[in-house]
Amino acid sequence: MDGPSAPRNGQEIVRLENAHKIYQMGTEQVNALAGVTVSFERGSFWAIMGPSGSGKSTMMNILGCLDRLTSGSYYLDNQDVSRLDDDALSELRLTYLGFVFQSFNLIPQLTVQRNIELPLYYLGWDAARSARRAKELAEEVGLGDRLHHRPTELSGGQMQRVAIARALTNDPQIIFADEPTGNLDSATGEQIMELLDKLNQLGKTIIMVTHEPDIAAHARNRLHMIDGVIDRIETGTYETGKDRQKHSAGH
Amino acid sequence: MRQAKIARNIALGIENLLLHKLRSFLTMLGVVFGVGSVVAMLSVGEGASAEAMDQIRRLGSNNIIISSVKSAEEEQAQASVQRSRISVYGLTYQDFTRVAASFNHVKQAAPVKLTRKDSRLRERSMELRVVGTTPQWFDLVPREIVAGRVLMQADEDERAPVAVLTEFGARKILATEAVIGQTIRITGNEFKVVGVVKSESGQAGNIQIPDQEADVYIPLGVARTYFGDISIRQKSGSMEAEQVQLHQIIVQVEDSRYVEAVAAGIERMLEQFHNKKDYAISVPLALLRQAKATKRTFNIVLGSIAGISLLVGGIGIMNIMLASVTERTREIGIRRAIGAKRRQIIYQFLIETVVLSTTGGLIGLGVGVLIPFLITYFSGMATVITLNGVLLPLLISMAIGILFGLYPAMNAAKVDPIIALRHE
Ligand SMILES: Nc1ncnc2c1ncn2[C@@H]1O[C@H](COP(=O)(O)OP(=O)(O)OP(=O)(O)O)[C@@H](O)[C@H]1O
Ligand SMILES: [Mg+2]
Repeated sequence: MDGPSAPRNGQEIVRLENAHKIYQMGTEQVNALAGVTVSFERGSFWAIMGPSGSGKSTMMNILGCLDRLTSGSYYLDNQDVSRLDDDALSELRLTYLGFVFQSFNLIPQLTVQRNIELPLYYLGWDAARSARRAKELAEEVGLGDRLHHRPTELSGGQMQRVAIARALTNDPQIIFADEPTGNLDSATGEQIMELLDKLNQLGKTIIMVTHEPDIAAHARNRLHMIDGVIDRIETGTYETGKDRQKHSAGH
Repeated sequence: MRQAKIARNIALGIENLLLHKLRSFLTMLGVVFGVGSVVAMLSVGEGASAEAMDQIRRLGSNNIIISSVKSAEEEQAQASVQRSRISVYGLTYQDFTRVAASFNHVKQAAPVKLTRKDSRLRERSMELRVVGTTPQWFDLVPREIVAGRVLMQADEDERAPVAVLTEFGARKILATEAVIGQTIRITGNEFKVVGVVKSESGQAGNIQIPDQEADVYIPLGVARTYFGDISIRQKSGSMEAEQVQLHQIIVQVEDSRYVEAVAAGIERMLEQFHNKKDYAISVPLALLRQAKATKRTFNIVLGSIAGISLLVGGIGIMNIMLASVTERTREIGIRRAIGAKRRQIIYQFLIETVVLSTTGGLIGLGVGVLIPFLITYFSGMATVITLNGVLLPLLISMAIGILFGLYPAMNAAKVDPIIALRHE
C-alpha cells in the first residue's frame, strides 16, 4: 500500500492529493473537485466553508468513503482508499467513520433505540449488548427517556442528537457532519455544536461543512472552497459577533 | 451463533413488515390463495383417487372378472313383440370349466351365480342376494371372517344346504341373536348358517363388487339344484324371464405379469363359443393403470393451475417489493452510509419477501387443510392430506419469496447512497 507518496506524518489521519471529482452531465463536465491537496490531523476540528456549489459536499462524500475520486489519491489513516471496492469502503464506514447530516437522516419507522443500534446490527452485535450501548449513548446526548419514541415525535434538535448518538455507536475515528445545524434554529444549533465540541475534546476528529460563521467558529481550522479548489485555510479560533456579545455580557 | 443471527434478521424483517400490516397482508394474499387451493385440490384429488384405487385393488389386481351381459340383439328382441320369450344368454358352466382348465397361468377361478330371493328367519323376512359359488371365491375376493367359517369343498361335494352371510345381512335378518347354527329359509329351502363375513360396500368403476349388498353365499351346486338357471321378474305388467347359468367368473392369475395376456386369451376363447357378445371382461389391473394415468393427468392439470396461481402470487409480491424499495430509497441510503454492504441490503429485502411468502404459505396451508376437512365433514367425500401435499406448497412458497424477492432486493442494493440521501 505504501507508494512513493505515502504519508510522512504520523499525526495525519486524512490526506487528499490532487483530488479530482468530475461529474459528466451529458456533454458537459462539472469539476466538483478540481485538484484538491489537503491533509487533516488526528483530533483536529475542521470547518469546510464556501459558496453553494463550491464542492463542499462532494469533498465530504469522498472523505467519508461514500464516493470515489475520478483521479488523485485519498489516504485515510495511511491507507490508500481510492482503489478499494464497494465492500471495503462499506467496512471502513462501518468501523471507522460516523456521519451527521443536515436533514438528520434517521429512519422514521424505527424507534430512537433502533436507529442508534443500526451500525451495531451490521457490526454483528447481539441484541442485548446493542440495547445497552444504545441506552448509554442516548443518555450521553440527553435523550435517555426517548428510546422508544419515533423520530417524528422529536424536535429537530432532538433528532440531530439521535443522529449524533448513532454516529458515535461504532466509536468512530472521524465524524463527518454536513451542515449539522442547517435545519436548526441558532440556539439549538449551539447545543449541537457543544456536543460536537465535547466529542472533539474526547479526541474525535471532526470534519464539518457549514455556511454559518458562528458555527464555523467552533472549529480550530477552517477551509474555504471556491469552484472545486481550496481558496484559503484559516487556523486558530476567531471571535464572532456572538462571542463578543457573550464576553461583554460576562464583564 | 449463526442461528441466533438468522433469527434476529427474521425478527427484524417481521418487525418491518408489521409496520404496514394491511399492505403486508394484502401482499401475501396471492400466495395464501395459491397455496390454499393447491393443498385443498391435492387432498381432494388424492382422496378421490385413493378411494378409486382402493376399490380396484380390492377386486384383486391379479384377477380377471368375466360377467354375463345381455347382448344388444337380445335386448331388442325382448323389447319387441315376443313378450313371453325366455332370453338365454351369458356365461355357462362349461365356460367356467374351460377357463379354469385351459390357461397356464390361471391359479384358480370361482364361478358366481346370482339370484334374488326372499329369505326369512321365523317372522323376519327380507330379500337377499343369493350368491352361489365355490370356496375359491373367498380366496379371490378376500373377506374378513366375523364368525364361523366360509364355504368349503366338502359343502360343494355333499351339496350341503349351508349359508355364509355378510355381516350386514346377518344383522338385518338375525338381529342380535347368535348367528351361527341358525336356520334361515330361502324361498322355502332351509339353510344352516355356518359363518359370517365382513360386508364391503362400494363400486369400482363399472364393476360391481359381488357382495356390496346383503348377501348370502351358498354352494354353487346347491344354488343350481334349488333355484335352477331361470329367473323370472315381474316388470310393469309383463313377465320377464331370463336363463343365465353363471353371472360371473372370477379368475385369478398367478402373477400380475400374465393378467393381460390371460384376459386376451379368455376373450378369444369366449368369442369361439359364444355367437353373441353376451359377456364382458374387466381387468382390475388395467383399471388400476388407467386410474393411475388419470391421476397423473389430474396432477399435471393441478400442477399447472397451482403453478399459475403461485406465479400470480409471486408477481404480486414482487410488485409490492419493488414499490417498497423505491419508497425506502432513503432508508437504504442511510443503511449504506452507515456501513451496510450491498449483500446485507439484499438479505434484508430477501428476508422480508421470504417471510411474507412463507407466512402466506402457512396461512394458505391452514386454509387448504380446513377446506378438505369441511368437504369431508359436510359431503362425506374422502380427502387425504399427504405429507408431500403439505410440504411441497410450503417449500414452493418459500422458493417464491426468494425467486420474486431477488430482483427487488438487487434493485435495493444498487441504490447509490449519495443520491439516496438527497432523495426527499
Ligand atoms: N451527482 C452529481 N451529478 C452531477 N453534478 C453534481 C452531482 N453532485 C454534485 N454535482 C455538482 O458538483 C458541484 C459541487 O456540488 P456540491 O454538492 O459539492 O456543492 P456544495 O458545496 O455542497 O453546495 P451547497 O452548499 O449548496 O451544499 C455542483 O456544481 C453540483 O451541481
Ligand atoms: Mg452541500
